[in-house]
Amino acid sequence: MSADPVLRPPIANPVRNVLTASREDTTIVNIGPSHPATHGTVQIIAELDAEKVVRTDVHCGYLHRGFEKECEDHTWHNLMPYVDRLNYCSALINNFAYCDAVEQLMGIEITPRTKYLRTLLAEYSRLADHLTCVAAQLMELGAMTGFLYLVTARDNIYEHLAALTGARVTYSYGRIGGLAFDVPAGWFQRLEEILKEYERYVEMVHGLVDRNRIFIDRMRNVGVINTRDAIHWGFTGPILRSTGTPRDLRKDTPYLAYGELDFDVPVGIKGDNYDRYYVRMREMDESVYMIRQLVDMIPEGPIMVDDRRCVFPEKELVYTEIESLINHFKLVMEGPVVPAGDIYVAHEGANGELGFYVVSNGAGQPYKVHVRSPSFVHMGGVHTMLNGYQLADIVTTFGSVNMIGGECDR
Amino acid sequence: MYGKRLPILEGAGAVAGAASANTPARPHTKDASFEFLTTRKDELVGWARKFSLFPYPFVTACCAMEFMAVSASNYDTDRFGAALPRFSPRQADLLMVVGTVTQKQAPILLKVYEQMCEPKWVMAFGVCASTGGFYQNYASLPGIDRIIPVDIYVPGCPPRPEMVIDGIMRLQEKIANGRHPIINERF
Amino acid sequence: MSAPLFDRLREQLSPGEAGQEGQVSADTPVICRGVQHQVLVFELAPAAVMPVARRLRDEFGFDLFLDVTAVDWPGEPLRFEVVWHVYSTTDRQRVRLKTRVAESDPIVSSLTPLYGAAGYMERECHDMYGIVFDGNADHRPILLYEGFVGHPLRKDYPKQKEQPLVPYLPPQSALVR
Repeated sequence: MSADPVLRPPIANPVRNVLTASREDTTIVNIGPSHPATHGTVQIIAELDAEKVVRTDVHCGYLHRGFEKECEDHTWHNLMPYVDRLNYCSALINNFAYCDAVEQLMGIEITPRTKYLRTLLAEYSRLADHLTCVAAQLMELGAMTGFLYLVTARDNIYEHLAALTGARVTYSYGRIGGLAFDVPAGWFQRLEEILKEYERYVEMVHGLVDRNRIFIDRMRNVGVINTRDAIHWGFTGPILRSTGTPRDLRKDTPYLAYGELDFDVPVGIKGDNYDRYYVRMREMDESVYMIRQLVDMIPEGPIMVDDRRCVFPEKELVYTEIESLINHFKLVMEGPVVPAGDIYVAHEGANGELGFYVVSNGAGQPYKVHVRSPSFVHMGGVHTMLNGYQLADIVTTFGSVNMIGGECDR
Repeated sequence: MYGKRLPILEGAGAVAGAASANTPARPHTKDASFEFLTTRKDELVGWARKFSLFPYPFVTACCAMEFMAVSASNYDTDRFGAALPRFSPRQADLLMVVGTVTQKQAPILLKVYEQMCEPKWVMAFGVCASTGGFYQNYASLPGIDRIIPVDIYVPGCPPRPEMVIDGIMRLQEKIANGRHPIINERF
Repeated sequence: MSAPLFDRLREQLSPGEAGQEGQVSADTPVICRGVQHQVLVFELAPAAVMPVARRLRDEFGFDLFLDVTAVDWPGEPLRFEVVWHVYSTTDRQRVRLKTRVAESDPIVSSLTPLYGAAGYMERECHDMYGIVFDGNADHRPILLYEGFVGHPLRKDYPKQKEQPLVPYLPPQSALVR
């Protein structure tokens, strides 16, 4: 490099329309997009009257990585890692929702073992996501111990899933027609140990936080939203349930094995931050209850459906029979052929309704894969929960909304 | 102005990982005792700096999960002195870019980097920060070294916490073996 | 399960039953394409979108706005197909509304007067495809940035065409460090 440094042009501002003040006595403050409490990259431009927030303008998109465009360039199988990185806290739910959409479009019915395993793993992922959300929330409030306890519990889950899938955070475990691998020996025993550890840690966090005066003062009656507003602004998931209405896709439109499970849908009373925290804690307990039921319900059998349109043939056949060789070749090079049409399939993600709108034109590569991501929709409505409260409440409310950047911006 | 450095710190580019890293070394006095003194001083300052890193976690995406895991109890970065995050770039010296940086985010990353004071180091945490990962499209920056100089790349999608700790340790080696001019470019 | 509500919708929204095969035109602005994978699909003329959406929300209880997106069919005269999904929390059913607009005039009605949730999603659709939502005052870029030229999800936008905001440095050699 030369000794004379290059003078670089001024940095362009990616967001031009800054909020203009509506009153004379207010200040405009920019929060983010690189900020400890904005969970990734979201910019909140707030108009403040001393400490009170008058208006906010939420700008997301700082993590837009071109998911849809990438998907159009890969085969139906190859884009599984991209799908993982949408809601990266609970990656398996994304995998299974996408696989479900493609399987329904192809008319494939998954095997019973896969159905129950997918349900179990989806609940396991939801557990990891809620642990992350509550841990981050507690850390932002200053309760570092709670963060450390819950992240330790989550770490057990990550290592356990690494034993199953090979990765800790983003697994790419779902396959069109089933799953990548079957569970190794001893996996379910370890699962029970992890659930006991989880109970131990969560009990400690409940003791630290639930009736803590400081916690209650900061979370009760902050970020309140009622059911009508929540539905108007498109909120789903724990946020909608915290307002008091038990809307949960696992109960309303059951998919996978949820119709056979016994579980409650926890609801809040007021729609404030404390309710969202408590709904998530209760949902974690319900997930653990569901996992324990499912461990007894999983039948033996194959995990991949026996359908040559999307499943590789056995390796011995590939090396000996020409038809299997061609089948394998075509699946790898061109991708599974999905009949033309479109489909919208929604699963209950950790944040709400995670929908995949998939359009096929009959090729081995998708024509369009659109994600209806709950976090993005919530960003459109979060200003209703931020306006009127204090500046410091932005941190807690935003933490309770659980905006996951990968899902929000795709 | 962006990119312009004050003359007195010109030589600090070698350790700070900035653009003038391969500037030929200014002529020292050939006196052995002076060299012995600077070497000892560099070792001392290097030791102090490497064990008291103040990271600025520029967190964007999925690697944040592993960043949280590596900062928590199981894999502790506090053992290396690198746990305490400083959320103001003015107070931090290690910029950990955790996750994908998009074209929209790039000016912000550059601004944060420019706001940090010397000496500063940059860690590209994850493949998205190193090279863009598997997001090779219109939206994603193909590696942060397109806009800021990087000292250590930790690949992985996301990297295991052990890899991150290895990265921190290698960075510490680099800091320990580097030159640390504290008064002027010769001492 | 879904029969009564879907039948009611079919009768009341697309009367005259032009059949499931016809094309949308001025005489038949609403055509019901039937239930596809548990979602009732309507194809509409662009002018019929707002009235049908309003009726769905007010009369039939489709209170949750799910999604708006577009599909690009280059080569066809009406290039963009704009797709809405709405959901009824009481009946637990979904309805899909589709309409087609041309590239020269990609204007559809905005559903922001009915649903607040539509705001951000319409901004995204505008960013990605260039669809203009008449009635939504806010078309600022949301996923892209000011100064980005073009609409990336259109099929003629090359995937790797970058428009950097910060000029790139020359590559650093690893040996330098």
